[in-house]
Amino acid sequence: MEGRRSFLGALLALGTSSVGLLLSIPLGRFALHPLWHTTTEVLWSNVGAAGEFATITAPVKALITVDQRDGWRKVLSTKPVYVVRGDDGRPRVLSSVCPHLGCTIIWSERQGQFLSPCHAGVFSADGTLVSGPPPRGMDELESIVEDGVLKVRYQYFRQLVPTKEVIA
Amino acid sequence: MTKRAGLLDWLDRRTGIRGLLSEALDEPIPGGARLAYVFGSGLLFLFLSQVITGVFLALYYVPSADHAHTTVAYIVKEVSSGSFLRSLHSYGSSAMIVVLLLHIGQTILYGSYKGTRELLWLAGVVLFGLTLGMSFTGYLLPWDQKAYFATAVGTNILAEVPIVGDWLRQLVRGGTDMGTMTLSRFFVAHVFLLPAAIFAFVAIHVWLFRKAGAAGPPSPRVPATVGSFYPGQVLMDVGFALLIVVALGALALAVPVELGPEADSADARFLPRPEWYYVPVFQWLKYWEGSLAVVGIVVIPAVLACLFAGLPFLDRRAERRPWKRPFTVGTFVVIMLGLVSLGMLSRAADRADPGVVELLNAQRDAARAYMEAPFEPDESSASLGAANAVLADPIGARGRAVYEEQSCDICHGSDGLGVPGVPTLVDLTTKYPGGALAGILREPTPQMVDGGMTPLEVPDADLLALLTYVNSLR
Repeated sequence: MEGRRSFLGALLALGTSSVGLLLSIPLGRFALHPLWHTTTEVLWSNVGAAGEFATITAPVKALITVDQRDGWRKVLSTKPVYVVRGDDGRPRVLSSVCPHLGCTIIWSERQGQFLSPCHAGVFSADGTLVSGPPPRGMDELESIVEDGVLKVRYQYFRQLVPTKEVIA
Repeated sequence: MTKRAGLLDWLDRRTGIRGLLSEALDEPIPGGARLAYVFGSGLLFLFLSQVITGVFLALYYVPSADHAHTTVAYIVKEVSSGSFLRSLHSYGSSAMIVVLLLHIGQTILYGSYKGTRELLWLAGVVLFGLTLGMSFTGYLLPWDQKAYFATAVGTNILAEVPIVGDWLRQLVRGGTDMGTMTLSRFFVAHVFLLPAAIFAFVAIHVWLFRKAGAAGPPSPRVPATVGSFYPGQVLMDVGFALLIVVALGALALAVPVELGPEADSADARFLPRPEWYYVPVFQWLKYWEGSLAVVGIVVIPAVLACLFAGLPFLDRRAERRPWKRPFTVGTFVVIMLGLVSLGMLSRAADRADPGVVELLNAQRDAARAYMEAPFEPDESSASLGAANAVLADPIGARGRAVYEEQSCDICHGSDGLGVPGVPTLVDLTTKYPGGALAGILREPTPQMVDGGMTPLEVPDADLLALLTYVNSLR
């Protein structure tokens, strides 16, 4: 009798664990989906024809449309960036988000400098820090020229730290 | 003493778990365990499985007419195991109806509602109604064509109720027509109200069952042996649960539940057909038209429901053997056969009409085509609402250019909506009528300067153009 009961008990344990296992595998895969698949992804945005920026002498503001996948939706947002000419003549793209507290930096034609209006941060025409509270110069965004089109990957960087660190 | 017994003792001193376990597991079953008794616990298992799969589906689902269909498409087409879980949840609802009918059939056949079990039966009747409510409300949530139109028909039936019909339909729909309000209401009923009521009534049902005791086999003699719930019946119950999981899982893998194209309320041609368990009702409603409709749609179902609920009050003899109770058992069998016949008549009627066949086939093909198409994410409209019309006007377009040249967009946003800490430019004319806006643009108030606003230094023509543009923002 005791042997039969423990056999039935083992059968029961087997039964319940199979039910649990059969259900938990798909449930786990479902809930953990964002761990293995990119659900938030920043795509390359067009800034403009690369030729347009070949001869610029001062920073040029460009509005880019950032196309981002956010799970089941696609978020289109417009972000301002600045295109400046690097030392090698290649265009560089700078984020307009101030590395201090995230205010939007504006280009002052009159002063020939970038200004962050909130706390009087000043940057030179190539984005290096001149004065004010920002801990580092303006952040350069990853950019490439593909088929004659300047493209940029828009990202945000951690504020208030001296080094440039990407935040998701 | 073994380690396990030691742990149990430790737990028992703190929780009284031994008493609870023996209370739960040593429930006496007259005549011992039987396969016929597995349906009740099978239903409980299915309900819990529906709760679990439902909670997981809610990780991605959004109950709004704008997004419901996209999020279900995302679950089905992109999320790992998404199609499988949704199929499990959808087939699970059908399985609940099947096992519920088996549970009711077994109870009626065995006469297990007799004795002091009237309230136990009534709690079961309420659970039956709640389960039908769950399948009705859940059916709308994917917001595809068939969900939308089947629910439109289903809610129209409510209008047949005398006097309060129109009011009732409007209440359930959250408006005169089907829309996002309907979806919200159905969602709240499906995930909050009905499940909470089911939990409560399951507790009442199980409590009253334990209070009355298991009825045992339908024999006038008291059974010679008395078994206990554990281990025999528990094993059968777990076996049945395993069978349900394997069957539903195999079905979900082999025939994933389809999602049709998004609901389009303007589509006047769509021919709705309800889920299989509502097809008999759907067919029944066809026979009642005009002034008689209220009889077929309200009176007869209400009388049947009252007879069903009142069964233990009406059938009070102690006799439980089914062949000695031909009227009760016969009526149940006739009603079941009637429902099956209605279902078959509905299929036959659909098949006999070539127009209907063609339309249903076209709808099925559309659903298949939709399932095969890759997932299309929703486009967020957050930044696309700029005043496009004004840009056709040269002054407006110049204003937009000034807006960008002067970097107004950097703080106020490309569409003037503003961001936290920066005011929106939409509807500024009400705040600054006449020339007030031009004045503060030239000379911002100290408060504005503190917020980061710089004075505007542009020619008057550009300022006017900018005002034209800004005043057009909506």
